[in-house]
Amino acid sequence: MKRLIQTLTETFSPSGYEGAIRDVIRKEVKPLAAELRVDALGNLIARKGTKGGKRIMIAGHMDEIGLIVNHVDENGFLRFTTIGGIRPHTLTGGRVRFMDGTPGVIGTDFSKDAGRLPAVDQCFIDIGATSAGDCPIKVGDVCAFERPFLDLGKRLVAKSMDDRIGCAVMIETMRALKSSPHEVYFVFSTQEEVGLRGAQTATFGLDPEIGISIDVTLTGDTPKARQMAVSLGRGPAIKIRDGGMLADPRVVDWMIRSAEKARLPYQREVLEGGTTDAKAMQVSRAGVPAGCISIPSRYVHSPSEMVDHDDVQNAVKLLTTMLSKPVEL
Amino acid sequence: MPAIGTPQLKLLEKLCNAVAVSGDEGEVRQIVLEEIKGHVEDIKVDALGNVLVTKKGTTAKRLRVMVSAHMDEVGFMLVADDGEGIYRFEPVGGLDIRQLVGKPIWVGREHTPGVIGARPIHLTTAEERKRKIPLDNLRIDLGPTGKAKLGDRATFATQFQRNGPVLIAKALDNRFGVVTLIELLKHAPPNIDLLAAFTVQEEVGLRGAKVAAHALNPDLAIAVDSTPAFDLPAWDDEPSSFYNTRLGLGPAIYIADGATLSDPRLVRHLTATGDAGKIPYQFRQPGGGGTDAGAIHRARAGIPSVSVSVPHRYAHTAALIARLDDWKNTLTLLHAALAHLTPSVLAGERA
Amino acid sequence: MPELLPFLKDLLSLPGLSSYEEPVAKAIRTHWAPLVDEVGLSRLGSLHGLRKGTAKSPRPALMICTHMDAIGLMVTGITSGGFLHITQVGGVDPRVLPGQLVEVHASGEGGTKILPGVVAQPPGRLLPPELDDGPVPLEHLLVDTGLPERQVKAVVRVGDLVSFASRPVELAGETIAGHTLDNRASVAALTVCLEELQGRSHAWDLWAVASVQEEVGLIGAQTSAYALQPSLALVVDVTFAKGPGANDWETFPLGKGPTLVMGPNIHPAAHKALKDLADRLEIPYAIEYAPRHTGTDAHATQVAADGIPTALLCIPLRYMHTPVEVVALKDIQRVGRLMAEFTAGLAPDFMDTITWDN
Repeated sequence: MKRLIQTLTETFSPSGYEGAIRDVIRKEVKPLAAELRVDALGNLIARKGTKGGKRIMIAGHMDEIGLIVNHVDENGFLRFTTIGGIRPHTLTGGRVRFMDGTPGVIGTDFSKDAGRLPAVDQCFIDIGATSAGDCPIKVGDVCAFERPFLDLGKRLVAKSMDDRIGCAVMIETMRALKSSPHEVYFVFSTQEEVGLRGAQTATFGLDPEIGISIDVTLTGDTPKARQMAVSLGRGPAIKIRDGGMLADPRVVDWMIRSAEKARLPYQREVLEGGTTDAKAMQVSRAGVPAGCISIPSRYVHSPSEMVDHDDVQNAVKLLTTMLSKPVEL
Repeated sequence: MPAIGTPQLKLLEKLCNAVAVSGDEGEVRQIVLEEIKGHVEDIKVDALGNVLVTKKGTTAKRLRVMVSAHMDEVGFMLVADDGEGIYRFEPVGGLDIRQLVGKPIWVGREHTPGVIGARPIHLTTAEERKRKIPLDNLRIDLGPTGKAKLGDRATFATQFQRNGPVLIAKALDNRFGVVTLIELLKHAPPNIDLLAAFTVQEEVGLRGAKVAAHALNPDLAIAVDSTPAFDLPAWDDEPSSFYNTRLGLGPAIYIADGATLSDPRLVRHLTATGDAGKIPYQFRQPGGGGTDAGAIHRARAGIPSVSVSVPHRYAHTAALIARLDDWKNTLTLLHAALAHLTPSVLAGERA
Repeated sequence: MPELLPFLKDLLSLPGLSSYEEPVAKAIRTHWAPLVDEVGLSRLGSLHGLRKGTAKSPRPALMICTHMDAIGLMVTGITSGGFLHITQVGGVDPRVLPGQLVEVHASGEGGTKILPGVVAQPPGRLLPPELDDGPVPLEHLLVDTGLPERQVKAVVRVGDLVSFASRPVELAGETIAGHTLDNRASVAALTVCLEELQGRSHAWDLWAVASVQEEVGLIGAQTSAYALQPSLALVVDVTFAKGPGANDWETFPLGKGPTLVMGPNIHPAAHKALKDLADRLEIPYAIEYAPRHTGTDAHATQVAADGIPTALLCIPLRYMHTPVEVVALKDIQRVGRLMAEFTAGLAPDFMDTITWDN
């Protein structure tokens, strides 16, 4: 599974430009799915299980945060704006890679106050061009953080763990799921980081009866962290609420019952900021009971997001056991 | 081929001088209905006041293409009567409070004249003049015997003017789009079904476009709007990397804004159309803001969308400045793009 | 209607925080069941009661939507010593919390039980010095059940709900004070409406809806409006009553009738129909101006599906989102009667007669 995680996290695909990661995932899930398709917003939708069963949608987003060029100056420096929630302190000294493979480094305007954090519009990308004329990158080109995958044994570090780790959990679940009484749709969704856009339209198209997102959540287990009762290594987190939604209590119960029955570790998650595709699923059409299985993750939205390998594997087990058996909410 | 001539300019003038604040678009809606009568068969005013028009093409295998332009503008609502013709008001849409003081305004369908005044400089202190005049201290004054209804909307009272290549008016955002869409309807190409949506409440959250897209359920959508040009000098004369668009460079094609990541297939189609027809265009700088496309592309199971805007300076103020040529090129680009739209544009996957 | 007060008090005493409305939904259902032809739950738990109309099918339908969920708190962690960290469910001003009596809905060992507790404001010496003697933010407030740590950790779990414990009180002038009058007062008004309609027929179908999760994003109204796709939606919520510290144009007198809201969220012809009816019935009212977002379910119902013409009635209420909200019973009755007469008076072709521009 580590190799899969490495492949997924070393692919560059910011929101709206998910073609590259979609191709990688498609190769993985093609032999595992009964049906595969791509919708208008680029969501990759894989069906598995029993046709006519309960329609359950599993969503993990395949996009990642990134940058988009909005100005090329005469010397070939690139000004940019963000795609998704990027905080300036993760930019300085960073490296990026454009969709055509062009690498670049991030520099900042000079400031007399060295302690002050530069704003995004005080940063620029330098790809080594000497003028606008020899700069192959144009306004509108997008890039993502360049940072190789790191295997620390029990803990894994990469850019875009959010939410390639969710994609990895879904792919491994598809592999592990021998049979399901449900009509399960695994949706590798787009544009989550800019407002859950892919999940919103995919949910409308599929009209599921239950929705579950697989995404990362924050932890409270680092030095002087903000108070949060989730730690790395104590099992996947079952979301009770986050900054955008209250998970459907019936879905929460289903997750907890399943985890306890299968003797899997789990944690109860109350996240005070952020949200996931489940928020978009919940309000689709006449409403969809929705919840989320979270992978606890440190340093979310930095180029070095850390997860625990056991948590990831237990998430696969939890999702597999849930989808293997009938359910009445 | 559609073109911008005297009748189109007259129509733009009439529309810019109308009062149609978000939620009360009636005056513009009536003008639109009047203009398109006789040119199209299928006209509907929906539950929010959107005007939805279908103009069917004639060829086989036509895409259903939604083109939207919002009818509403930013402005004010009168919310309390202080007596003697003086009214308290609230802004509707994104207005900079610093832009309100000292402006003449029109209230309601009757365009009752009024002003927003301020305390004489003589009665203010130096300290006070360093701070914004807060909304709490601003009133609309109709004169001592003036009467308006609470709930009436008001806008800046700016008469449309043209000076050669330059247009000066309020509400060019988005009466440019309204006239453009009317012209596209009158000259709809036969290769598509043109689903025209004159939308309401864009300035308060893209609300008209949301239900219009759900109702029309198109194959793809183009939002026609007007976007700011910040092509002014910076205070320190440093070269600016923040201009959004620039006057005179043609229609602004959107790659990304705060509400939409445009469908790259449609961006390519627009630029290819511009390149082939030697129609100038520019990219709106990726950044914040949004158009009706923000609501449309998220409707139903997802609708590939893009936006094209006529650039203007001084958005959401009493007087916007724009260039006639930019508008002409916008109409030309859009018409050519629609005339060349075939299902093959959407045949491949979104990148 | 003599039983309004006890019914309202019952409603106010039931839990039903956003997303956990089941207890209050059950009570409303019991009350509505004899008053409607059918009653059921939406996919998200909103209560839908149907009174069938008499016009020829397919009939137009009116949805009257009142949200039933309550704001409150949720446990985010347990400290050493057994104190509870909390976060809010819905918009809670942390400045009203210190010293409040609360109920912790503990779901750990031994099944669900209610533990009484108080919201503790730790002394300044135990808080970050920069807070000085300013308001204590939610992250530093604690809920104390008084139980030993071991016991708390056994019975309380992260995600457990904490609700206000104050009981409703009758104040002078036929007013009532309590938490969650926003928006159970409107649920009571809708119930008055259903009772007034007993023995009367109406041309339109009437969907009485007690919606979920209004306080966290208008979620019940959005989804129920989509599910039912009524011809017309009437939302009933509360608005700001005049009172200490609240006297400007956004406030309305308590006990002097509901407000009829106008603005972008509202269909002007539906608004006018309500206004004309109130005039005819001599029900006092005020007009409320909402230049932008009304902050109510009406904002969601209007843009559901292809768009739904929406009107909004509000009951003036003092001290919104505190545990001592105040409402006049008379206003509840007026709104109930106005809704009933509106429903009964809807002609089968009403929708054909209204336009946005008149």
